[in-house]
Amino acid sequence: MPAATELVAIGGSTVEWPQGDFPAAAHEAMKDSQMRKNVRHATSVVSAKRAKVVAEMPDWQQLRETGSAIRQHVLEHLDEYLLQFEAACTAAGGYVHWAANAAEANRIAVEIVKSHEADEVIKIKSMTTEEIDLNHAFKAAGIDPVETDLAELIIQLGRDKPSHIIAPALHKNRHEVREIFIREMKLSDLGDTPEDLTAAARRYLREKFLRVKIAVSGANFLVADTGSVCIVESEGNGRMCLTLPEVLISIAGIEKVIPHFRDLEVFLQTLPRSATAERMNPYNSLWTGVHPGDGPREFHVILLDNGRSAILHDAEAKQTLKCIRCAACQNACPVYRQTGGHAYASVYAGPIGAILTPQLHQDKDGKLDDGDSLPYASSLCGACYEVCPVKINIPEVLIHLRSKVVERDQATLAGKFSAWNVGMQAAAVAFVSGDRLELAQRLGRLGQLPFVAKSGFIEHLPLMLSGWTQSRDLAPLPKQSFRDWWSERTNDSNGGGRNGREA
Amino acid sequence: MIDSTAARQTMLSKVRGLNLDGVDSESISLEYAAVPRSYQRSGLLNAEQRVDLLEERLVEYDAHVHRVTPSTLPRAIAEAVNRRGAQRIAIPDGIPANWITPAISVVEAESLSNVELDTFDGLLSGCTVAIALTGTIVLQHAPAQGPRKLSLIPDYHLCVVSAGQVVETVPEAFDRLAATATLPTTFISGPSATADIEMTRIKGVHGPRFLEVLIVC
Repeated sequence: MPAATELVAIGGSTVEWPQGDFPAAAHEAMKDSQMRKNVRHATSVVSAKRAKVVAEMPDWQQLRETGSAIRQHVLEHLDEYLLQFEAACTAAGGYVHWAANAAEANRIAVEIVKSHEADEVIKIKSMTTEEIDLNHAFKAAGIDPVETDLAELIIQLGRDKPSHIIAPALHKNRHEVREIFIREMKLSDLGDTPEDLTAAARRYLREKFLRVKIAVSGANFLVADTGSVCIVESEGNGRMCLTLPEVLISIAGIEKVIPHFRDLEVFLQTLPRSATAERMNPYNSLWTGVHPGDGPREFHVILLDNGRSAILHDAEAKQTLKCIRCAACQNACPVYRQTGGHAYASVYAGPIGAILTPQLHQDKDGKLDDGDSLPYASSLCGACYEVCPVKINIPEVLIHLRSKVVERDQATLAGKFSAWNVGMQAAAVAFVSGDRLELAQRLGRLGQLPFVAKSGFIEHLPLMLSGWTQSRDLAPLPKQSFRDWWSERTNDSNGGGRNGREA
Repeated sequence: MIDSTAARQTMLSKVRGLNLDGVDSESISLEYAAVPRSYQRSGLLNAEQRVDLLEERLVEYDAHVHRVTPSTLPRAIAEAVNRRGAQRIAIPDGIPANWITPAISVVEAESLSNVELDTFDGLLSGCTVAIALTGTIVLQHAPAQGPRKLSLIPDYHLCVVSAGQVVETVPEAFDRLAATATLPTTFISGPSATADIEMTRIKGVHGPRFLEVLIVC
């Protein structure tokens, strides 16, 4: 049974990803009217602001174009740029590790922490570490990971799951956050203005920033030519983690590399405006290996594959990896705005999640499995493509992945004779010629008669067709088709030009 | 130490599978050079307009901004510190001696521990470059700027920007940063803030909650 009903639970119960496919999870999630209100409010606010700060950039389309071309170029030569990064970072005193999957990345991170005999780490928000469930691995090894980003802290204290790439607690409003803070920080009272809440987080974490010796981060960009790492943030919790501890571990997907330092001049323009709708977010940090007298004295980068290299080999889907994780597509998506992020059962929700998640889970032959309902979680309206700062054509990839699902299913007997496939094959037969279509329409007009409700719409189709009317009413086939009308009209006017033209 | 050589080989061979012909680095450079870059690199404003824009953008982030001249700078620094009620101000190495007047109490803080720094009320620093269009000040580990922790732990940051350090666009700032790209670098755009609650920018989380900028014209 979908655990989605637990998503509204307050009082310390742990939120798990919903089971089952996206439609089932979405159906459950949409019963939570408070969550829907919160998501609608937050995404509307940020989308409107984004539109404003994007409109003031006369060269926005050119920046998108360049950003897209740079990312595409990197994906063509990823081996070269990873090696460049490794060499430059190592030369600057950093350690570079390679992890083919989540288990390897977690093992390396745990070993580094253990080698310092530490039992506590502070963390910067990182969807990559969420993807590999690093916190779970830390806890299993007796290491306590403390999330320091406000939203991640809300998620951690609320035993919740992230629902948005850059604001993981987007589904919670200030009142719910206050409840969680009072309960988990054991406060006697707390105001519920956002300022009260941020002040509580500041007090709660200050001591940890000054004391804890090891920090873990993700990375926004790895710069190949200089070996630098860039982190984009707002609160300063990132800077605390990057600067104050003695040891820093940054975990980055292999696709995060960019060729040159100056490429940041593009992404540091497009990312903040796309993500938080700011001209610039409060803090960007850039560092290269270790620097005497400034920041950690030991620095590790873990390069993570975890399914990414397989995506590179699919020419049509490869563009998925251009993503710079701004979440503009989530904010713009009419599906995400209704369902929120949890229904996607993945740390990557929304349009980018709908293409990335199933691909990260595909098997070695490129066959989709987990998350294979996600490519259908879209109306293909294209809003995601329009806002994407690196021009990922998400609808194109969605359709490509749908075709992969169909091909996979057609390869099995059950799939071949499924209602869906039979229906589609029948449609293909009917659409071959005008005569066949006309015949199909006639049969349809007769066949639909028992199902047209008083409202004049078909509200419930039977059996295998019922899925279609589960969430929509269907207009019945009209008494006269366009084709009938056309031929009647042409006959009436005796082939006369005027009527024909008017039509 | 950890050995991930096997994973390295596996990952590189999977990624390398894309370039069977073994593309050489020269042709990769050529391909990179062909990336279209028709976005705006240079600004259009004159020096005065640039400073105006920087001030406007910083104020929008809730930073305090004042225009000063080289001769009024020391007094302006003292006034800002006293207005803030800051008793102890940390400074990095390399702050020009004439910035400091007896009216304020400063301590050279580069070698202090994190906990010691936490007892300071503020930091006085210079910067490397400032970007008008985005209201951004860039600090590097350099004289008068110091290690990153200085501009992070104290709750108040007083930053001196000279008009000559102000550029209009982000690419112009990168031109200036290129030579010192590998120094620890921080872009600061307003006081610390978050958008995590209801996607609304709220000032003041872990970094300095108060940013004051003196622009020397």
